[in-house]
Amino acid sequence: MRKLIEQPGFDSANQGAAGKSHKHESAARQVSGQARYVDDMPEAANLHHVAVGVSPVTSGTITAIDLSQVKSSPGVIDVITVDDIPGHKDIGPVFPGDPLLANTEVLYHSQPIFAVLASNVTLARQAVLKAKVDIADTQACLSVDQAKTQDNFVRPPHFMHSGDFEKSYQQSPIQIEGEMLIGGQEHMYLEGQVSMAIPEEEDRMLVYTSSQHPSEVQKLIAEVLDIKLHKVVVDMRRMGGGFGGKETQAAQWACIAAIFASRNKVAVKLRLPRMLDMMATGKRHPFENRFKVATDNQGLIQATHVEINGNCGHSPDLSDAIVDRAMFHADNGYFLADSYIEGHRCRTNQVSHTAYRGFGGPQGMIVAEAMMDAIARKLGKDPLAVRKLNLYGKDNRNTTQYGMQVEHNLLADLIDKLEVSCDYQLRRTQIAEFNKNSSVIKKGLSLTPVKFGISFTAKHLNQAGALLHIYTDGSMQINHGGTEMGQGLHTKIGQIVANEFGVPLSHVEVTATRTDKVPNTSPTAASSGTDLNGKAAQNACLAIKHRLAEFYAEQLQGDPKQVVFTEQNVVLGDAKIAFAELIQQAYMNRISLSATGFYKTPKIHYDRNTGKGRPFFYFAYGASCSEVSIDTLTGEYKVDRVDILHDVGKSLNPALDIGQIEGGFIQGMGWLTTEELLWDDTGKLTSNNPATYKIPAIGDTPEIFNVDLYPRANDEDSIYHSKAVGEPPFMLANSVWCALKDAISSITDYQIDPVLHPPATPEKVYNAIEQAQTWLEKQS
Amino acid sequence: MISFLLNNEITHIDQTKADLTLLEYLRDQQKLTGTKEGCASGDCGACTVVLAEVVNHGKNTNDSLEYRAINSCVTFLSALHGKQLISVEHLSEQKKLHPVQQSLVEHHGSQCGFCTPGFIMSMFALYQSPTQPDREGVIQALSGNLCRCTGYRPIIDATLKVCENKITDKFQKVEPETIKQLKDINKQNISTSNLLVPTSREELASAKATYPDANVFAGSTDLALQVTQQLKTFEKLIALGAIPELNELTESEHGLLIGAALPLGKLESSLLKHFPQLSELLWRFAATPIRNQASLGGNVANASPIGDMPPALLALNAIIHIDDGQQKRTIPANEFFLDYRKTALKASQWIESIFIPYTSPNDFVRAYKVSKRYEDDISAVCAVFNAQIIDGKVQSINSGFGGVAAIPATVSALNTALLGKTWSSKESFEIGNEILKQAFSPLDDVRASKNYRVAMLCNLWKRFWLETNQSTQKIETRIVHIPSVTEEVPHA
Repeated sequence: MRKLIEQPGFDSANQGAAGKSHKHESAARQVSGQARYVDDMPEAANLHHVAVGVSPVTSGTITAIDLSQVKSSPGVIDVITVDDIPGHKDIGPVFPGDPLLANTEVLYHSQPIFAVLASNVTLARQAVLKAKVDIADTQACLSVDQAKTQDNFVRPPHFMHSGDFEKSYQQSPIQIEGEMLIGGQEHMYLEGQVSMAIPEEEDRMLVYTSSQHPSEVQKLIAEVLDIKLHKVVVDMRRMGGGFGGKETQAAQWACIAAIFASRNKVAVKLRLPRMLDMMATGKRHPFENRFKVATDNQGLIQATHVEINGNCGHSPDLSDAIVDRAMFHADNGYFLADSYIEGHRCRTNQVSHTAYRGFGGPQGMIVAEAMMDAIARKLGKDPLAVRKLNLYGKDNRNTTQYGMQVEHNLLADLIDKLEVSCDYQLRRTQIAEFNKNSSVIKKGLSLTPVKFGISFTAKHLNQAGALLHIYTDGSMQINHGGTEMGQGLHTKIGQIVANEFGVPLSHVEVTATRTDKVPNTSPTAASSGTDLNGKAAQNACLAIKHRLAEFYAEQLQGDPKQVVFTEQNVVLGDAKIAFAELIQQAYMNRISLSATGFYKTPKIHYDRNTGKGRPFFYFAYGASCSEVSIDTLTGEYKVDRVDILHDVGKSLNPALDIGQIEGGFIQGMGWLTTEELLWDDTGKLTSNNPATYKIPAIGDTPEIFNVDLYPRANDEDSIYHSKAVGEPPFMLANSVWCALKDAISSITDYQIDPVLHPPATPEKVYNAIEQAQTWLEKQS
Repeated sequence: MISFLLNNEITHIDQTKADLTLLEYLRDQQKLTGTKEGCASGDCGACTVVLAEVVNHGKNTNDSLEYRAINSCVTFLSALHGKQLISVEHLSEQKKLHPVQQSLVEHHGSQCGFCTPGFIMSMFALYQSPTQPDREGVIQALSGNLCRCTGYRPIIDATLKVCENKITDKFQKVEPETIKQLKDINKQNISTSNLLVPTSREELASAKATYPDANVFAGSTDLALQVTQQLKTFEKLIALGAIPELNELTESEHGLLIGAALPLGKLESSLLKHFPQLSELLWRFAATPIRNQASLGGNVANASPIGDMPPALLALNAIIHIDDGQQKRTIPANEFFLDYRKTALKASQWIESIFIPYTSPNDFVRAYKVSKRYEDDISAVCAVFNAQIIDGKVQSINSGFGGVAAIPATVSALNTALLGKTWSSKESFEIGNEILKQAFSPLDDVRASKNYRVAMLCNLWKRFWLETNQSTQKIETRIVHIPSVTEEVPHA
């Protein structure tokens, strides 16, 4: 069903290491249980374990803490509260607001208040239960509405204006309003949060942590221990999944482990049990968004107002950038014409919501798709026709709400190709026919696009470093600032290095991310891992290649620019030498075989005062078509078929890219369907374990699942003209949500656009079905 | 002494904490860290290992090994006795990967890799089964393993592919030796001082008398949660896995007699042979690794209102056989559940077996479950209907419901009100609909709202009525493929 497109023609030596579907570098070790995660590392003889004591209430003031029984509990070595933190007590990543351990105020349910060190993990966890903490309840803010009424925000709002929305809206014949209550999402990385801290000489600290952002963990540990950053080394070989949930959320546990290690001079491990992990760490932000859209009589958008309200939880964390990204993606691929986008960062007494694949983009983009469906139903048109009509134009209607011109736009052609390859029009007719004859089961179909901006919107993060060593047998180690969480970043970096030198991939070892090898790194986030670190690694290669080329050309009195690295040889004109041989010679001649590489993304800028700029280096595109069946008796549904055409530029590794597309799609489908976060009236998360929070299982994968790569190189100068692929495919799942609505709408002969707030659980689908049936009864 | 093969090493345990989980044993004591902890509650499958057991399918057949994937995080060590415990580290030969490992690598089926060892073990168990699975079979086998990275497509492909052309692997090569090693293990005196494993009803009665506070368990999939999730400590535990009467399955003339401690996985084929209409319910009951441990008796004794088998037992008029070591007695299923988690069982008693009478050709049975997710989820509502229709007239309607009351419940009013009615008449549907609308006052909780639950009771009734009437049975009412039920619907 699916094709792996091998794409020839790389810029550098064309040795095939890049562009091929190499296996994930750890695959053989993963399948045989040999791949080591933090919890699997050999344990020091004096390893002790931490458990964390958390607040049983959502909002309050701590009036008394009695930990005497905790301290006397069997196996307990040490207990800490906020007063025992030597340095900074706040670990907010960008803005303050995240206490390492609660001060006197409790800001969210399950907020850590104290921590226990014991000889084994069970004793530590059992000791926690013996604490007596008195907390005087205070009024909790539990909803976006409440926060807005109370003017309760973690950060100031942000606005984007383009043209005169009010005027155009009033002048347009078709006006539609809508509201969307969008659920958040639990990351549910299979490996929970874990850190292990090992005290070294004097005040030095070595920390192994499952984190997407080792440099930030290093900085925060140094700050809480009140030491300089150079005393702390953070080592990160691999995560068992991250998805944004280990960008800022890993630091707290690493810091607590480090404090215990520092105080007690013993190795310390902190691993959260699953339920606590789900209750005490941030999630994808729930959003409550509203739109007003006006079109002409054909459905072409004239004016758009989108109000975006992110439920940020108790602190800013990364919410500023997340709500911004929702605003940047409220257009998805459509020209919003005269538009006004406002973004609010609402403070509630929930855990601080955080990065999650798409980073606000999905919650913005789903509004655009809701608008398309609403316009289509209002005008009695096929939603796909409305979508195509409103795509950004090539020469006009091509500027976003934040003033960025959409160049190299692939969507129109990409959608056309997918529409044909998935037989959209034929199936549309067949499904209409099926629905006429099927009273209980209804089918739905939808084709939706994705346009996703690539770059950190915080400009300074768009930099990366790499460190390359070549050893005297010609084998090499590359280290870079990115982290491996399953996405295959290390595989791609290895391919780039192997490709540059014309050596087999097996000659290149990508080593654990370490803050003492490449400093001051950015988080592995925003889909940027390969774009940034790949270029940095390439630059490190180029530095050594230049040295080797000059050395070799000097021997032959040739032109170093003509030296080529290919098929394990170095070639200059008719002369050639084995790569390993040249390395030996270079070593004997005292040529440095180690180099750093650095990269920063060009062209990007954004002015928050005007809401204008070019925050993205380029856009990644894609489109998907989903067909679903719904059971109108129960609201249960099945995704029957999915077709995807996605743009990864010139693929560095088609198999890995397809893995990201398929995996992202299913994760996005989970967000929009069965993954429902529920809090009770007191603000406690009730969907707090995998028995009550349901991510897609294996039977949810559509039986027909066709994924193709759109064969076109990135027009921008990215690494080998590939494109980022981590986040964009997540939003391909929007077509599932739209297809569910399409199936429900069929009950009314496609006359109404049903209200279906994501996640569309069977119960919510059932409620929307009832709403459609009631509407129908009223008509007759 | 608990004796077993740990991979290929004969291993004896004579001292252990009663409540030590198999996962802790592997990771902390044996330092076999390939097996992962994802949730410690049997919901994610990262901890999956395989138990191989000697089976004999009847006289004049050879002993063979049966391989079952289980969740090591909710298993106590008594489950190992007499079996081979296989962990992910043991699959490859030197550096040569096992075919299932190789296939997953070739299909790019691992990303972050944390769920991977669990998937590998479920794939391995499937690989050892004699049949070649189709896509549905693969999904069933891997239904207890969650992956957050891949979207599963490459894992499904890898499993289908490797099962297409199975080769004799290292386990099959040494199967006779393994069988001999396992058969040589003593089947008596299994108990350790804290973890008691009685081998007869007398021993069980005596163990219960000596340690009246000790919990008894069969599969431990529920009890272990109190250890891993609530941090409880059990000083003494009594395992039911070695008592013959509790672990037998008898297909008698009038019905199935199912030993209470028998894992659901072992009674699946017999149950579905006689009650094919339960296939959806059984297929959606937790997931394969849990079914390979969890017992029917445990599901009944727990009396959880969201257990999936009690509604079926109620609707099928099952009889619970009870023992205390001296006196045996029987209780009809509909008299067994008294109140929330409270049953007719006395402290000294245990369930020995459960008898399910066969249905007649005039009995129309359907078992439905509604949940957020198809695989490995707990019912929002479970409804099982059993209507006896003769000459188009209702003779009886037995029913069982889960998720709608404090106990698994039946609605006898359906039977009373519909007796003698013409089943195909719209009136029959309406009467039942009205009764079920009023029958329960369910809760709002994390799985569903009260309103939705009530609506589902009525709509599942509607589905039952549609599916069992000749005039409406052609209407497509299912979106998932349920193995077809071959029966004739009643004529009007």
